[in-house]
Amino acid sequence: MTGHFARILIILGWVGAACGAQPPETAEFIAAIKNVGPEGRGNIEAAGAWKKLAAGDASTLVPILEGMDGANDFALNWLHAAVDSISGRVLGAGGSLPWSDLGAFLLDTHHNPRARRLDFELLAKIDPATADKLLTGMLNDPSMEMRYDAVQKVIDQASLLLSASNKAGATLLYQQALNSARDAEQIDGIAQKLQELGQPVDTLKLFGFLTHWKIIGPFDNTGRKGFAAVYPPEERIDLSAEYDGKKGKVKWQDYLVTEKYGKVDMNQPFGKLKEVTAYAATDFFSDRAQAIELRLGGMNSWKVWLNGKLLSGRDEYHFNSELDQYVMPAQLQPGRNTILVKVCQNEQTEDWAGDWDFQLRVTDSLGTPVFSTTIGPNTSANIARP
Amino acid sequence: MKYQPTNAPQPARNVRIVLLAALLLLTGGPLPAADWPQFRGPLCNGVSDESGVPITLDTNKDLAWKAELPGRGLSSPIIIGDRVFVTCCSGLKQQRLHVICFRATDGSKLWERQFWATGRTLCQSKTCVAAPTPASDGQRIVAIFSSNDTVCLDLDGNLIWFRGLGRDYPNASDSVGMSSSLLIAGGVVVTQVESDSDAFIAGLDLATGANRWKIERPHKANWTSPVLVGSGKQEIVVLLSSAGLTAIEPVSGKIVWESAGGGSSIPSATTGAGVLYVPSSRGLTALQLGGSDEQPKQLWQSSRLRPGTASPVVLGEKVFALSDGGILTCGSAVTGERQWQLRLKGPFSATPVAVGHFLYCVSETGVAQVVDTSKPEGEVVSELNLGETVLSTPSISWGAIYFRSDAHLWKIAKSST
Repeated sequence: MTGHFARILIILGWVGAACGAQPPETAEFIAAIKNVGPEGRGNIEAAGAWKKLAAGDASTLVPILEGMDGANDFALNWLHAAVDSISGRVLGAGGSLPWSDLGAFLLDTHHNPRARRLDFELLAKIDPATADKLLTGMLNDPSMEMRYDAVQKVIDQASLLLSASNKAGATLLYQQALNSARDAEQIDGIAQKLQELGQPVDTLKLFGFLTHWKIIGPFDNTGRKGFAAVYPPEERIDLSAEYDGKKGKVKWQDYLVTEKYGKVDMNQPFGKLKEVTAYAATDFFSDRAQAIELRLGGMNSWKVWLNGKLLSGRDEYHFNSELDQYVMPAQLQPGRNTILVKVCQNEQTEDWAGDWDFQLRVTDSLGTPVFSTTIGPNTSANIARP
Repeated sequence: MKYQPTNAPQPARNVRIVLLAALLLLTGGPLPAADWPQFRGPLCNGVSDESGVPITLDTNKDLAWKAELPGRGLSSPIIIGDRVFVTCCSGLKQQRLHVICFRATDGSKLWERQFWATGRTLCQSKTCVAAPTPASDGQRIVAIFSSNDTVCLDLDGNLIWFRGLGRDYPNASDSVGMSSSLLIAGGVVVTQVESDSDAFIAGLDLATGANRWKIERPHKANWTSPVLVGSGKQEIVVLLSSAGLTAIEPVSGKIVWESAGGGSSIPSATTGAGVLYVPSSRGLTALQLGGSDEQPKQLWQSSRLRPGTASPVVLGEKVFALSDGGILTCGSAVTGERQWQLRLKGPFSATPVAVGHFLYCVSETGVAQVVDTSKPEGEVVSELNLGETVLSTPSISWGAIYFRSDAHLWKIAKSST
């Protein structure tokens, strides 16, 4: 990919002198801005530094973009606004931007993905046609936005072939798009197209939904108190245990996901109950310690634990749901990792308030599925593997 | 530190200053603020005290300009002098947040700042991340998005502070989308963020963005916007939620009175002549406001005046409730008695705005309708099809009315304005 960019940029004469070091003052301003943190920490100092930074000329653009490396999300926004201010002023006055340096920055995929996207958009303002050509080589870019746009170009090309009745060509391009797509909605759209073309897609494997679960319930959720209540599975997962549930004894049972979007539907085993809570547990095996994301979707109140540690929770019901609705960064340990999900159903009786389910997958930070390596001895493991 | 009217558009500004100064000398009253600094204008009630806004909406004759927008938005434009500020959202999962400044006189874009959302951007498809309306004190603008990212800029686009409230308080959001607009009072940005999972009202320091105070609120989803009532040291912010009303002193965050008994979570309360009009599942309730720390007294309650998504509007002795389907109901603001109903071309999400005895109502399909409320049964006297989905409440400033869709911003003003 990098070579592809380089060829285009060299042809266009964009790659020139290597980027220079940051001017000392620019570096100071950037450092002050990078100190911002939660709850407005560092805002006063950042505001002073920002005004000076934003008064810089076009030569400061790449140093600011470089300064985005290692910046937290608050600082990224301060720096983004500085880039907007400088580039807007320079272009508004008929000036030019440092193409060579911006091009070189774009080529280096080690830089912050958002900074590279911003850099790309500056280049696109000046030469949209070339920027569009560059996208062709960005199908596997670490920037989610770049990758999304690159995949969309392939989808658009496939659509054109389909309009010209070239089903074989369109199928090939859709498959190419599918290999690179990481946005759940985009993936789903491609999968549907392939389905229409007679190429069935196993969405369970494609997305990497966790499919093999042990579930237990129902426990009480009267008055929506179940979200905060601590039932035995939160204290210890003992798959042989039996507990007092809302209406009698409850024990763990197997649940195998068959729904194509990975839905763990508690209404299936327990019936359409109201004011209830249930748990689902599974083991996930990793061959190494690795940073992952747990991505959950659902309409109900929920909590998720990984290896006994609460990752996140949300106490709301029946508002909206989508794939990857909640993204929880986490760290897998080598070997066995136990995932526990609590999912609550409330008292609402409307037709649209019947869902009592969730879907969960494990991915890297871009959304690429991460699969369990082995089946666990005691619990049902996620064994989806392409 | 509250909103102060600033530069008016040239050349109208100088003429207006002279006229307004003359008016001030004659009446001894305050200068009317022609800026539109927040959701539903200077008084948070959608009513402008201007004249000269076109009654006959005709883009062939009175379209001052039409500007392209880079993304969706339900937020209203705000206008400070010769500058119009609009927020938009765009990109993958609506994660790109835009604040754009246009020159009011010609519609040219003066600057644009973009930010990356740090909080959740999931919204129901009808709404979007740029749903809440920004606010201004006349010197700075503060914009908030459904992700609860909050940004303060000066009028030239210089960044003063940034807060990722969605990152600081991640459970205070819902999966439908947040929409409560901001208020600025007493040097504080009043920020209402309420969901089932977590809820708070915070007073952010206008100069730094730091929390001056933060109060836990009922964990109930709420899309209403706060209302500013009173003035000076008597100024209070009234919050409406399904739990009821809460009045807060903006400088300190001190709760000065509360009124249980429920309220709406979608249409906001409105004010007129010292009376607060509160929508709820029971219809509309009128409350007489007393001193800032005095519990309001109920004047009347009417189940026949039922606002939909749009907030109620009060014009003199008339109060108006617009249903989602397009039934405009006029009632007596004094007694709550229903007077007449008029069917408009709906459906509606945007709150009507008013000048004189004219109501400007814009439907979701982009049909703007001007209602003459002085007619015995009300009458639509003008109609303009903007041809695009409009969910945003219009704004009125310096003789012009502004509409915004997901793609465009229109300024309609008499050609001499």
